[in-house]
Amino acid sequence: MLWVDKYRPKTLDKVMVHEDVAQNLKKLVTEQDCPHLLFYGPSGSGKKTLIMALLRQMFGAAADKVKVENKTWKVDAGSRTIDLELTTLSSTHHVEMNPSDAGFQDRYIVQEIIKEMAKNRPIDTKGKKGFKVLVLNEVDKLSREAQHSLRRTMEKYSASCRLILCCNSSSKVTEAIRSRCLNVRINAPTEEQIVKVLEFIGKKEGLQLPPGFAARVAEKSNRSLRRAILSFETCRVQQYPFTSNQAIPPMDWEEYVSVIASDIMKEQSPKRLFQVRGKLYELLINCIPPEMILKRLLAELLKKLDAELKHEVCHWAAYYEHRMRLGQKAIFHLEAFVAKFMSIYKEFLIATFG
Amino acid sequence: MAPLLQSSQPWVEKYRPKRVKDVAHQDEVVRVLTNTLETTNCPHMLFYGPPGTGKTTTALAIAHQLFGPELYKSRVLELNASDDRGINVVRTKIKDFAAVAVSSSHHQGMRCGVQWKLTPRSRDFFSFVTTLAEPLASRCAKFRFKPLSEEIMSSRISHICQEEGLNLDPEALSTLSSISQGDLRRAITYLQGAARLYGSSISSKDLISVSGVIPEEVVQALFEACKSGNFDLANKEVNNVIAEGYPVSQMLSQLFEIVVGADDISDEQKARICKKFAVTDKCLVDGADEYLQLLDVASNTMRALCNMAEEYS
Repeated sequence: MLWVDKYRPKTLDKVMVHEDVAQNLKKLVTEQDCPHLLFYGPSGSGKKTLIMALLRQMFGAAADKVKVENKTWKVDAGSRTIDLELTTLSSTHHVEMNPSDAGFQDRYIVQEIIKEMAKNRPIDTKGKKGFKVLVLNEVDKLSREAQHSLRRTMEKYSASCRLILCCNSSSKVTEAIRSRCLNVRINAPTEEQIVKVLEFIGKKEGLQLPPGFAARVAEKSNRSLRRAILSFETCRVQQYPFTSNQAIPPMDWEEYVSVIASDIMKEQSPKRLFQVRGKLYELLINCIPPEMILKRLLAELLKKLDAELKHEVCHWAAYYEHRMRLGQKAIFHLEAFVAKFMSIYKEFLIATFG
Repeated sequence: MAPLLQSSQPWVEKYRPKRVKDVAHQDEVVRVLTNTLETTNCPHMLFYGPPGTGKTTTALAIAHQLFGPELYKSRVLELNASDDRGINVVRTKIKDFAAVAVSSSHHQGMRCGVQWKLTPRSRDFFSFVTTLAEPLASRCAKFRFKPLSEEIMSSRISHICQEEGLNLDPEALSTLSSISQGDLRRAITYLQGAARLYGSSISSKDLISVSGVIPEEVVQALFEACKSGNFDLANKEVNNVIAEGYPVSQMLSQLFEIVVGADDISDEQKARICKKFAVTDKCLVDGADEYLQLLDVASNTMRALCNMAEEYS
């Protein structure tokens, strides 16, 4: 088992990073009830871990017995019926799914399936816990329509159903939904906290940690705990015992992006642009999300640029990323950014050095 | 069905006024409607106004008062136009129901073809009147719901606090009114959230942490970084904001307040900065990346404050 899963805290008491949030959540569910919740925060900050621990707190061990189902639904949409397939993770008390997987048909999921689930209320002999929990992931990727239809559903079935929503950026969730939930912000752990967790894992695994090693892993992780633990484990596989100056392997694709960055800094010509296109395609084929490529590329370029150029380059990065979101083909916009950068940089070089 | 614990009901539902005359602050609307109810001669109605001002509440209250609890189930059909869209729904469901009343909410996205069909004896309410087709709007009596004033909010909230046994100091009360910006539903949701998390005595700091408003010092730090004219410093602050998980749209509106209120910035600079805010807001709505957009805003603000180069093309 990967360390990321092995050392995932199972209960709210064992959470090491967001203790205050965990304690608050615990208080929240002591009356065996909770409002709708919206968790938001950057990736690798522990949203999922907290949600799973919260469910366990509410329903006990029953929440752990999950089964994966691949269900098909027939949704009646006026003149035609639409078949929808979606993978759900469910236990007797909760259902977890990713409605944005359904793409542009996501609003049917929200309308039909959530309603259907919300109507089936679990019956408990003691008459307690008369509600089900629905965990929806990536609500920020839901379309506007789907979010609009979610809001009345939330109110209507609030007696029998609680929603736990999980997303990266709450700006993309409509105000109407945010105002119906208790918002829980999960910040990325600080480097000290990451170091603490890594040392904890090291102790459990019986590893010798040279001083400063955990701090270096944490520094490289960009404040993502998941990434820190993964690269920690990679280091363990690569070389053990650790040496204090052991290199921490960067992600392959990040190295590749920095190669692209130095390529375009070196030469600005159509020929070079053509080569870069090949490399960008390579990254896209390997399923690296285009906005991550763009952000990484910007970060690499910013390291090397003069202060006055930085403003302009970051402006264009934001501009092309927005275009990319509106458009369909990511490669066009990535390439446009590279071409734009080349022209700005060339102009700058000519102006300075003639 | 398992009996529901009283506490599990959201306060928004629990304290929803049951009668038209209990609806807060909408005096004109309430006066007209009470008259209407007495004569039981009732036109089609169109309710519009910002969220959390009592549209749904009023409609439900009218339906309840007109029909009473027994008839309510058979006489009222609640449609959520933003969920069952399409001309078919409106044609068939409403025709089936034509003899009785209809109330439907959240209409703003409906296509025009759908809208003009919606003429049976119905009672409709909408969030945004501007997106409705003219033929439909002209068939209804329109009621505008205005945002609630701070006093009304405070009195409603104090009432709930009394009922729930909460202790809210005056400072927290005014904080709550100001962060919810006239939206009573939001205020009540925050209040319930804070009550669940922090127990019966709630300070204004607790409310801020529940509401997702960004602490003043974080916003100030970013603004100071922009003033300094150092790009790398601003970049670091932006990274920090993203890692802390603060919503960028919220950040923009708080930065906006600082910029507009600042005395040492010229009008021209303010205009430049705010123009960028508007563009960025649209980009965020389109789903653009938060980090890049905030960085762009920071860089633009910095250029405006330090009188650097203007727009790029």
